[in-house]
Amino acid sequence: MEAAIIFFLSSGLFLGWALGGNHLGNIFGTAIGTQMVSWRTAAVLGSVFVILGAVISGAGPTETLGKLGAINTLGGSFMAALAAGVTVYWMTKLGLPVSTTQAIVGAILGWNLFTGTQTDLTTLRHILTGWIAGPILAAVFAILLYLLVVAILRRAKLHLLRSDAYTRLGLIIAGIVGGYSLGANNIANVMGVFVTSVPLSDLSLGGFVTLNGKQQLFLLGGVAIAVGIFTYSHKVVETLGSGLLSMSPVAAWVVVMAHSLVLFMFASERLRDFLLAHGLPTLPLVPISSAEAIVGAVLGIGLLQGGRGVRWHVLGHISLGWLLTPIASGIISFIGLFFMQNVFDQTVH
Amino acid sequence: MELLKNVTLFRRTKALEAQIDEFLDLVTEATTIFQRAVKGYLDDGPGEAFESALHHITALESRADELRRTIEAELTEHTLIPDLRGDVLSLLEDMDHLINLCQGNAYRFSIETPEFPEEFHKDFRDLLETAGTCVETVVFAARAFFRNIHAVRDHTHKVIFLETETDKISTKLKRAIFASDMPKVEKIHLRYFVNKIDNFANEAEDIADDLNITAIKRTI
Repeated sequence: MEAAIIFFLSSGLFLGWALGGNHLGNIFGTAIGTQMVSWRTAAVLGSVFVILGAVISGAGPTETLGKLGAINTLGGSFMAALAAGVTVYWMTKLGLPVSTTQAIVGAILGWNLFTGTQTDLTTLRHILTGWIAGPILAAVFAILLYLLVVAILRRAKLHLLRSDAYTRLGLIIAGIVGGYSLGANNIANVMGVFVTSVPLSDLSLGGFVTLNGKQQLFLLGGVAIAVGIFTYSHKVVETLGSGLLSMSPVAAWVVVMAHSLVLFMFASERLRDFLLAHGLPTLPLVPISSAEAIVGAVLGIGLLQGGRGVRWHVLGHISLGWLLTPIASGIISFIGLFFMQNVFDQTVH
Repeated sequence: MELLKNVTLFRRTKALEAQIDEFLDLVTEATTIFQRAVKGYLDDGPGEAFESALHHITALESRADELRRTIEAELTEHTLIPDLRGDVLSLLEDMDHLINLCQGNAYRFSIETPEFPEEFHKDFRDLLETAGTCVETVVFAARAFFRNIHAVRDHTHKVIFLETETDKISTKLKRAIFASDMPKVEKIHLRYFVNKIDNFANEAEDIADDLNITAIKRTI
C-alpha cells in the first residue's frame, strides 16, 4: 500500500478510532457498569467481533453509502472522513451524544454540495427511512423480547444465583452479537467513503483466506475501531450511568439484543436475499446509528414500564445531538474541501 | 476463556445455592429446637434436656456463622449478583440474627431460670408457637426471594399478620402477669422473657419489610 494512500486513510482510521471509543458503551456499557462483565473482557470480545462483522458482513451498507455520494478521489474521501471524525470527537468532548452514521452522511452531503454532485434522493430517502425505522424497530423488538424474557423467567423460577449466571452469560453473548452487528453495519461509516477512491487488489492470507479490496479496507477500519475500544472506551463507559433509564442487567440484555438485531437486519445481505426469495418486504441495507437503536430499545422498555422511569430531558439532549451532528459534519466537510482544493491544491472530485 | 469462566461460575453457583439452602434450614431448625426446649422447660423446669438443646442450638449457631461467612465471601470475591449483593448480604445477616436470638434466649433461660406459674403456661405456649411460625414463615419468604420471587409477598404478608397476633398474645400475657399476686420483681422478670419471645416476631417482621422492597427491585 502506498504511503499516500495510508496518509489519506488516516482520517478514516481516526473516525474508526472515535467510533470504537464511543460504541463499546452501547454494547457492553450496562454489563460493565453493573460489574457483570469486566471492561477487559468486553474490550477483547468487542474488538474481535467488530472486526469479524466488518470483514464478513460489511458490504451491504457500504454500497448504499457509495450510492449517496460516490467520492472518487482520495482527497475528497480524506476530507469527508475527517469532517465526520472531527464532528464525532468534538461532540463527544462536549458531552453530546453523537452518531457516526449521521456524521458521515452529513460529510458526504457536504461533498455533494461542494462538488455540485447530484444527491441520489432515493438513497437519501432509504437512509433517512433507516434512521427513523431503526429506533422504532429497536423499541418494538425490545418490548417483545422483554415480555418474552419476563414470561420465561416467571416460568423457569430460577434461583437468584443461577439467574445471575445466565444473565452474565447472556450479556457476553449479546455483546458478541452487538460487536458483530456494529462491525457489519457501521464499518460503512468508517471506510465506505474510501471504497471507490482506494482500489486494492485481492490479498491472500496464507493461502487460506482471500480478502478482496473492500475487505482489506474493512479489516483496517475494524482494527482502528478495536484500537479505539482499547484506548478510549474505558473513559466513555465510566461516564455512563446518568443515562436515559436506570436498568437491571436483564433489561440491559434486552436492549443490547434489540439494538443488535436492528443493526444486523439493516446490514445483512443474506437476510435481504432470504426475504426476497420468500416474497417478503425487505429492509434497505443502510448504516443505522447504533446510539439511536440503543435509545429506541431503552425507550421501548421505559414505555412498557409506564414511562415513569424515563428521564425525558436526557432524551431531549440526545435529540439535539442527532440534529446537530449531520449539520456540523456537512459544514466542516464543505469548508474543509474548500481548503483542500484551494489551499492544499488537492483534487477533491 | 470467558466461556470457561462461565462453566466454573455455574458450578460455583450450584454449590452456593446449596449453602444458602443449608443456612436457611439452620434458621428453621434452631427455632424449632428452641420452641421445643422452652415447652419442655415449662413442663419439667430446667434440667439436662434443656441444657442438651442449648448445646445443640450453639452448634447450629456456629455452623450458621461459618456458612454465612463463606457465602458472603464467595458473593463478594466473585462479584456475584452485583445489583442485589448488598441486599442479600443484609438478608443473610438478619437471618443469622434470628439464630443468635435462639441461642441468646436459650442461655437466658439456662442462667436466669425464670419461674412461670401454671396459669400462664397456655398463653406462653401460644406466644412461642405464633412467634415460631412467624420466623418459619419469614424463612419461606427468604427462600422464595431466591427461588420464586413472585411468592415473596404471600409469605411476607403472613409474617406481618403473625407479628400482630404475637403482639396481641404478649400484651394479653403481660396484663395477666401484672394483674397477678406475684411479687413485682418476678412480674418484671417474666415480662422480660415475654418481650424476648415477642422480639422473634418483631425481627421477622423487619426482615419481611426489607424483603418486600428487595423483591420489587428484583422484579426486573
